[in-house]
Amino acid sequence: MKVVVVGGGKVGQLLTQLLVEEDHDVVAIDNREDILELIQTNYDVAVVHGNGATVEVQTEAGVGESDLLIAATSSDEVNLLCCVVANMLGATHTVARVRNPEYDHQIEFLRQKLGMDIALNPEKATAREVFRMLQYPSFLKRDSFAQGRVELVEIKIPDDSALVGKKLMESKDILRVNALICVVDRDGDVFIPDGHFVLQAGDRIMVAAEGAKLINLMRSLKLTKKPIRDVMVVGGGHISRYLAQLLEKSRVNVTIIEQDRAKCEELSTELPKATIIHGNGTDQELLLSEGIRDMDAVITLTGMDEENMIISMFANSLDVPKTVTKINRTEYINVLTKAGIDTTVSPKLLVANEIMRYVRTIYHDESELYCSLSGKVETLYRLANGKAEALGFTVPVDGNYLGKTLMELKLKPNVLIASIIRNYEVIIPKGSDCLMPGDSIVVVTTSDQAIIKLSDIFASEI
Amino acid sequence: MNFRVIAKYMGRILQLEGIFMTPAILVALIYKETGTIIPFIATIMLCELLGYLLAKVKQNDEGIYAKEGYISVALGWIILSLFGCLPFYFSGYIPNFIDALFETVSGFTTTGSSILTDVEALANSMLYWRSFTHWLGGMGVLVFLMAVVPMSNTKGGGEGLQLMRAESPGPTVGKMTPTLKDTARVLYTIYFAMTVILFVALVIAGMPVFDSITTAFGTAGTGGFGIKGNSMDGYSNLIQFIVAIGMMAFGINFSIYYLVIMKKLNEAFSNEELKCYLGIIAVATILIFFNIKHIYDNSGVALLDSFFSVSSIITTTGFATANFDMWPQLSRFILVAIMISGASAGSTGGGVKVSRLMILLKTIKREIQSVIRPRAVKTVMMDGKPINEAVIRNTLSYFAVYWFIAIGSMFLLFALDGFDTETTVTSVMACINNIGPGLNMVGPVGNFSMFSPVSKLLLSLNMLIGRLEIWPMLLLFSPSVYKNTTKR
Repeated sequence: MKVVVVGGGKVGQLLTQLLVEEDHDVVAIDNREDILELIQTNYDVAVVHGNGATVEVQTEAGVGESDLLIAATSSDEVNLLCCVVANMLGATHTVARVRNPEYDHQIEFLRQKLGMDIALNPEKATAREVFRMLQYPSFLKRDSFAQGRVELVEIKIPDDSALVGKKLMESKDILRVNALICVVDRDGDVFIPDGHFVLQAGDRIMVAAEGAKLINLMRSLKLTKKPIRDVMVVGGGHISRYLAQLLEKSRVNVTIIEQDRAKCEELSTELPKATIIHGNGTDQELLLSEGIRDMDAVITLTGMDEENMIISMFANSLDVPKTVTKINRTEYINVLTKAGIDTTVSPKLLVANEIMRYVRTIYHDESELYCSLSGKVETLYRLANGKAEALGFTVPVDGNYLGKTLMELKLKPNVLIASIIRNYEVIIPKGSDCLMPGDSIVVVTTSDQAIIKLSDIFASEI
Repeated sequence: MNFRVIAKYMGRILQLEGIFMTPAILVALIYKETGTIIPFIATIMLCELLGYLLAKVKQNDEGIYAKEGYISVALGWIILSLFGCLPFYFSGYIPNFIDALFETVSGFTTTGSSILTDVEALANSMLYWRSFTHWLGGMGVLVFLMAVVPMSNTKGGGEGLQLMRAESPGPTVGKMTPTLKDTARVLYTIYFAMTVILFVALVIAGMPVFDSITTAFGTAGTGGFGIKGNSMDGYSNLIQFIVAIGMMAFGINFSIYYLVIMKKLNEAFSNEELKCYLGIIAVATILIFFNIKHIYDNSGVALLDSFFSVSSIITTTGFATANFDMWPQLSRFILVAIMISGASAGSTGGGVKVSRLMILLKTIKREIQSVIRPRAVKTVMMDGKPINEAVIRNTLSYFAVYWFIAIGSMFLLFALDGFDTETTVTSVMACINNIGPGLNMVGPVGNFSMFSPVSKLLLSLNMLIGRLEIWPMLLLFSPSVYKNTTKR
């Protein structure tokens, strides 16, 4: 598929990388030549120098013949104009990043009138993600498959957990829910465990379970923390605003700490129920006096990664049950988990992933029939910092693996079928289950495996 | 320095060379030249074996950066030449190894300078391989590799661009398509198609098939190895005209052909370099024509000869229909001048390149203006777009280093062999610009056999420096590249 990416900033570069990794033809547009040079030496893409909202530059980049244009410059207006021009030139799909809350209310109107496919708001998406994390505070991460019917959640095994020292095949009695431990991340080493794998305290495990059973899973793992009632948000930017709106709706008490007096006033008119504190969020005394000790969760959303990290570490040291840290430099996430900062959000990663999800849907819409016939990968999620992957397939009608039980079918090492969705019903597979044509299945594997189609997951020709 | 990845590339290059050598055996079989089959088979087996071993070198995840790219290209061309010359040496047609190496370097770099006193004594299979080196060297070996083998071993895949930049001529190298693989394929497809068209045209014009193949190779790569002692002189005027047009066509930037194929005719024909290149050819042809008209009985032949010579020299091919060494001084000088200008960037031709000269002239103009108006701000423009200051800086230093190397080589050549000024100066210019013939002793009817072995190696190095546009070869010899301290 041919994709044009306008804007070579953080999100633009990340998107370029992800698109190239999935074998799309990418043309990057930016008005800074040094950035283009950097992109060109890092990724196998073509670059065009100039203002991406002009007809000349878009024509040079071949927007008219391309399947998708993604406008991710720092300016909303330029992004919108990019999409308008691209539509006129004949691009099949267009995506714009629109972040100003003032446009947020009219986003549906803009989408329809300007013929855009989607408009993405990184701040809003981040707020939603944080909110999702707060719903189940014991999960470090949640990914949904098959419209939320299957959830893949990440859990850190506490020292006193019943799972410590148990083999996986014994875990069924402890979990008591139909769930499957698919990935284990032990200090950065990622395993796809088999039944004999022994769990340790501190392992981060990814568990596939039916979406509706998540509560039960938490209960049996004794992970139920008391529901979140009081939240402190440090930093009063767009994300905080969206987040506070969501939290207010579910009757959570929100305290926002913001340095800028004018911003505080704005916030207080928009969020009448929230407590708005004017002050420096890195000031320990202030945090303590505002009752950080008694908070159920602390969310750090200032513009500085370093400040966010320090505040979160401080909150951790005070045993605040849940901290969420906003990080822009995702390269360092590995180091952060070692420092005890477990739950992080990154607007750039969220937006890039959301766009990639969209790219895959339009890519597969065009080749959907082809996919379900050939059993090629339909969806792809990265797990454990990209060291593992969850892949979605539709089982084709003519595979020689059909009708055999999973026990009879030998899978490649480090490959696992995490779930089967058959007629809107979720099956967490056991050895006695088998694949049927039309099933949607989720396969978990380490990312060094080259799996392109469903038949690649089996050890040998059957 | 990631030596493992360099070893892998060297292995791939050798394997490719072995494959490309196999058609020569077919030629040997057709012409029943039993003596040349064994040397070819021996060389091919050597290439494949060594290539296989090198390509199997275990890779680490260090990746490839600009310096690895440059070193791979420089080393790759040396290895290509070292193994490419073995058939000549093994078969005994060129008994001296240095002579064989000179001939092969001259082939791959599309120079066309020869040490052979009697070309026609060579077996047809040898002639075929000698001309084929032009074709392969014209567009570049690593570009070919990129078109057929997935080169990327890291996820982004941008590192291939380093290889392409190091191998492709011109001040700026851009991709025509989003992926490098497609760009390499487009380039080779255009190249192949144009070569076939030229071959068919030559056959229709009455040239023997074998002559047509080798001439097409020599023209396409802008190399200039002839298979006759008198180069193109013995063929009909029509054939000469076709070859002249062919040389001119292969001296044009290939991205212009791509634009034509993509039906972007306006963009293609408004290209400043193209206009300048064609302008130089027209002016030089007319000047030489009026200068030499009085020697000829037939002014049509005079026009053809002047057009052919201009086209042959500016594209750095080096075919000859007339002994231009005997022409009046003005014509001889014009030819030396267009030797330096060379063909367009992104073509198969050599020389400094028209676009570099244009950037130089435009920069000089800006410098003069900045003396008059020190506060004036002016960007150098080309094709309606500003030229990056880094490109300007690179072009200026390129031109300076080019002359340093040329003058240094001339100095060494005077010291080593002590031939007359015209021979020495033009032999260096002919080699560093990848042209082939120079003037006087190395003129169109002369050759390079009288140089001493050390001089031949020096001239071979000049050819490689010229073909790879200086930087890769310079990097190969700078010790700081091999220190393992810096990345990128």
